[in-house]
Amino acid sequence: MAISRRIVLHFPPRITNQSIVCRLAKDFDLSFNIIKASVTPGEEGLMVMELSGDQRNYDKGIQYLTEAGVKIQSLSQDVVRNEDRCTHCGACINLCPTGAFTLEPKTRKVLFDHNKCVVCELCIKACPPRAMELYF
Amino acid sequence: MAKTIAEINQKIKQGKAVVVTAEEIIDIARKKGVSKAAEEIDVVTTGTFSPMCSSGAFLNIGHSSPRIKFGGGRVYLNDVPAYTGLAAVDIFLGATALPDDDPRNKIYPGEFRYGGGHVIEELVAGKDVRLEAIAYGTDCYPRRKLETWININDITNAILFNVRNAYQNYEVGVNLSDRMIYTYMGVLKPELGNANYCTSGQLSPLLNDPYYKTIGVGTKIFLGGGTGYVAWYGTQHNPNVPRGDNGVPLEPAGSLAVIGDLKQMKPEWLVGTSMLGYGCTLTVGIGVPIPILSEEILRYTTISDADIFAPIIDYSEAYPKMEASSLGKVSYAELKTGHIKIQGKDVPTASLSSHYKAQGIASILKVWIEKGEFLLSESVAPLPGTESGITIKPLKERPVME
Repeated sequence: MAISRRIVLHFPPRITNQSIVCRLAKDFDLSFNIIKASVTPGEEGLMVMELSGDQRNYDKGIQYLTEAGVKIQSLSQDVVRNEDRCTHCGACINLCPTGAFTLEPKTRKVLFDHNKCVVCELCIKACPPRAMELYF
Repeated sequence: MAKTIAEINQKIKQGKAVVVTAEEIIDIARKKGVSKAAEEIDVVTTGTFSPMCSSGAFLNIGHSSPRIKFGGGRVYLNDVPAYTGLAAVDIFLGATALPDDDPRNKIYPGEFRYGGGHVIEELVAGKDVRLEAIAYGTDCYPRRKLETWININDITNAILFNVRNAYQNYEVGVNLSDRMIYTYMGVLKPELGNANYCTSGQLSPLLNDPYYKTIGVGTKIFLGGGTGYVAWYGTQHNPNVPRGDNGVPLEPAGSLAVIGDLKQMKPEWLVGTSMLGYGCTLTVGIGVPIPILSEEILRYTTISDADIFAPIIDYSEAYPKMEASSLGKVSYAELKTGHIKIQGKDVPTASLSSHYKAQGIASILKVWIEKGEFLLSESVAPLPGTESGITIKPLKERPVME
């Protein structure tokens, strides 16, 4: 069974100079899409990725990461639009770094593409009616 | 072909009035010509839905037993302070008021999660609001403390009275500095990272009646989902700014003071709003019907986004320092493409005014008039026009010698 999950990887400082992530593809036939990364050699690293593949390979991949010393958390945060509060002003549109908000040309409604959201949280406080909500 | 408001009202009562929105009229006039359109169409409806800070509500809380006199004391609604310098139980709650313990911008940029605008939204939604009052006590109003829940449905009066709304045109805010700035025009990214604008353009009430030929004191309007009236010209109403050949101001110009019964308004058209690093406010929905009394009036309503220009202002330097320097003008048609060019740079745009909701307001007002539920009113006094000589006076500071 193929699955796809968003996960957060914490790299302890001692392993940030090793190549770890590429082995997910090489050894476990998993594909990954790095959403956010901040990995500096010698410091703790953080990476948010969408990891997909066969369930069994996925489990093996996660086991490999854990054994390599990577701490894994499921993506605990999710940005959701409270449709009742959104006034479709569009203040979010040019702030979002990934272009998750677009205007429907005819109705001038603001559309939110959840799949493009990388949970950077920029929109949350910048939304005038505070319609963007962060869930843990 | 000149019509009168009385004649139009007669048609509205008979369900025969022809009503279109300020967007629909653009194509209609293009196809039929102004003359024919003016003959056929009776009313053009406009709409705007934007943060409007000079908004607030007068509330009469009702007399407790024993009586309490708020005047000279303090009143809080859900911890937000209200103005008490009025008679015993009248208070005014301003949209930008903040709880005393809100950290403001001490933790920069301040979040401003809850303020006067949010209390107004909750009142309108029929939610209970906690009132706390401290008074000094008099012989006839002996009580000194009061803590109670109030509800808009239980109090005698709740009146929305906004002294400056529906600005006729507005600036486009940008940031030339090298750091993020947090303004009432939204979050502005450094080095022309974005450009924010804030009117409903071709749907905007005063842009469709640039010389205030029909909109005046006493004009009945859509206000916050209910009905209201133009009470006066708005503060900073400034008819004497440069205008284009079509009469449309090229800078912020006229404004409206509006009033209406808060009890019949709806929370989807009065929304408590938080501007990051700036403060709290209220987003207000306003729609003004324009009676087509002549061809000239119809011609004004055919204004389209391509014919409305807004000045681009740097909110990092020029605006705070009161410098009258603009980085150029840009049309609403260009703004609405999502990108404009400033100093050769491609800058993404965004609106703080909801065009979607503005369309909704113009459409609702249209339906009200078509159904005969909303009659037009004659204005009882005009708004000051270009002949009035009114200008905005900057503050002349004078040193205070002790």
